[in-house]
Amino acid sequence: MLRLIVLLSLICLPAFAAEEQVVLGLSQDRVSITANFDGSEILVFGAVKREAPIPEGPPLEVVVAVAGPSEPVTVRRKEKRFGIWVNTDSLVVDLAPSFYAVATSAPFSEVLTQTEDLRYKVSIERAIRSVGADMNIQGAQDFSEAVIRIREDEGLYSIREDTVAVDEQTLFRTSIEMPSDLTEGSYAARIFLTRGGMVVSTFETSIDVRKVGLERFLYSMSREQPIWYGLMSLAIAIAAGWGASTAFRLLREN
Amino acid sequence: MHIYLPIAEVSVNAFLLLGLGGMVGILSGMFGVGGGFLMTPLLFFIGIPPAVAVATEANQIVASSFSGVLAHFRRRTVDLRMGTVLLVGGLAGAALGVVVFNYLKSLGQVDLLVKLCYVIFLGIIGSLMFVESLNAIRKTRKGGTPPPKRRQRGWVHAMPFKMRFRTSGLYISVIPPVIVGLFVGVLSAIMGVGGGFIMVPAMIYLLGMPTKVVVGTSLFQIIFVTAFTTMLHATTNYTVDVVLAVLLLVGGVVGAQVGTVIGARMPAEQLRVLLAALVLVVCGKLALDLLLQPSELYSLGTDGGH
Repeated sequence: MLRLIVLLSLICLPAFAAEEQVVLGLSQDRVSITANFDGSEILVFGAVKREAPIPEGPPLEVVVAVAGPSEPVTVRRKEKRFGIWVNTDSLVVDLAPSFYAVATSAPFSEVLTQTEDLRYKVSIERAIRSVGADMNIQGAQDFSEAVIRIREDEGLYSIREDTVAVDEQTLFRTSIEMPSDLTEGSYAARIFLTRGGMVVSTFETSIDVRKVGLERFLYSMSREQPIWYGLMSLAIAIAAGWGASTAFRLLREN
Repeated sequence: MHIYLPIAEVSVNAFLLLGLGGMVGILSGMFGVGGGFLMTPLLFFIGIPPAVAVATEANQIVASSFSGVLAHFRRRTVDLRMGTVLLVGGLAGAALGVVVFNYLKSLGQVDLLVKLCYVIFLGIIGSLMFVESLNAIRKTRKGGTPPPKRRQRGWVHAMPFKMRFRTSGLYISVIPPVIVGLFVGVLSAIMGVGGGFIMVPAMIYLLGMPTKVVVGTSLFQIIFVTAFTTMLHATTNYTVDVVLAVLLLVGGVVGAQVGTVIGARMPAEQLRVLLAALVLVVCGKLALDLLLQPSELYSLGTDGGH
């Protein structure tokens, strides 16, 4: 009897959990950073799986958010003291992703309500967190805004509205551009299906960004055998210096 | 052609780096300075993280100085004895400088102090050299050979522990060179440079060494101090980017050879005017950065990540 219930619930569970589900494809689930890496474009495409006909009401919208690994960031503000500009106040933003891109199928305010954004932390403002903000500093908000502004200028943070194409409320696709200045780690790709600003289904997967080949070798060596790495760097420097000197002398003698 | 740097974690144009290395290398060979005081700010400018720029630059200076010093050895313009005395002070100074650097880092003001150091030292040295070498040029232009200058027998000559430096033609106490080396070592660790731009004038004006010997001797000392700094950075901060270093030094060592040839053909006074002008330009640029309101008041830094 118990087994029957378990079996039944297993069959029924997906249908209860969400009426519409994401079936996702990525053009690549791994980004290899090689020596001549200069950015990457990941194609995110998928379909909406549903058991019932397309529900009435507001159309289906899709939000795709890709986030790099998060780490604390120290933000410093300059002020004029004694005639020169110096760093005065500083604040640590606890978690700020190294990369964050959001693509939506319509203007952001239409695809997601503020409460849903707060719950799922989709927009850039919500994705970075500064809980331990020092209350003694005026305008703590300015600091997290500065993080967003600086990283947007560097192309690391972006919000691209109307860049997800949705066909027949069933098929969707978009491409996420990743800049060349990527850091290593597991990048989280989240897909939200929304109707009338409310999230009806979510899906999450990860994209692995790794250094490979020579990049991997040098990076590991610098961390695991720093003394040998340092000596190797010096040996290369001395060899190059000697090589150039000798080559030039031979050139001049001939 | 873009190249991804494994330690700096940024992608940069390889030809840009080769070009920068070459340009700074020429200056390095001409003036006997490592070129770090130019290259380090340039690396910041193209987006290399400051910690990586400073550490990698030390490694690159080893290469360009080594290349340069070989040319000077062949021309016998290296005072090995003086170089060794300076080196003793330099290594002690570098170790002391790293301690000071880490203390400033814990205060969060290291950027400002590094920049202030640059402005103050580049400003003082640049103006002194500029005025002095202009006067020297004017004297030679006035006609006749300038009377052979008798070296003043000042406080430098009154100290104990005298030693004969044959190549430089000096018989002075070892205390001033050790102090010069120590001072330059401290500054080079804090400012992330070889320190040639401070040592060269110090050797000329404080120790009274002949200009021709100064360049080779300064390069000789710089090799060891920067090699020591490279090892310190590689083992404590893991910030030496060998790919970046190779790109810079390929351009740098070739440039240094060209620069040495140019330097040997130019009159010493004119060489000094040029170096002084260069030092003043860099100083002015850094001073403006401190005085003018920056377009972005906020700056980001990852801390404690590694």
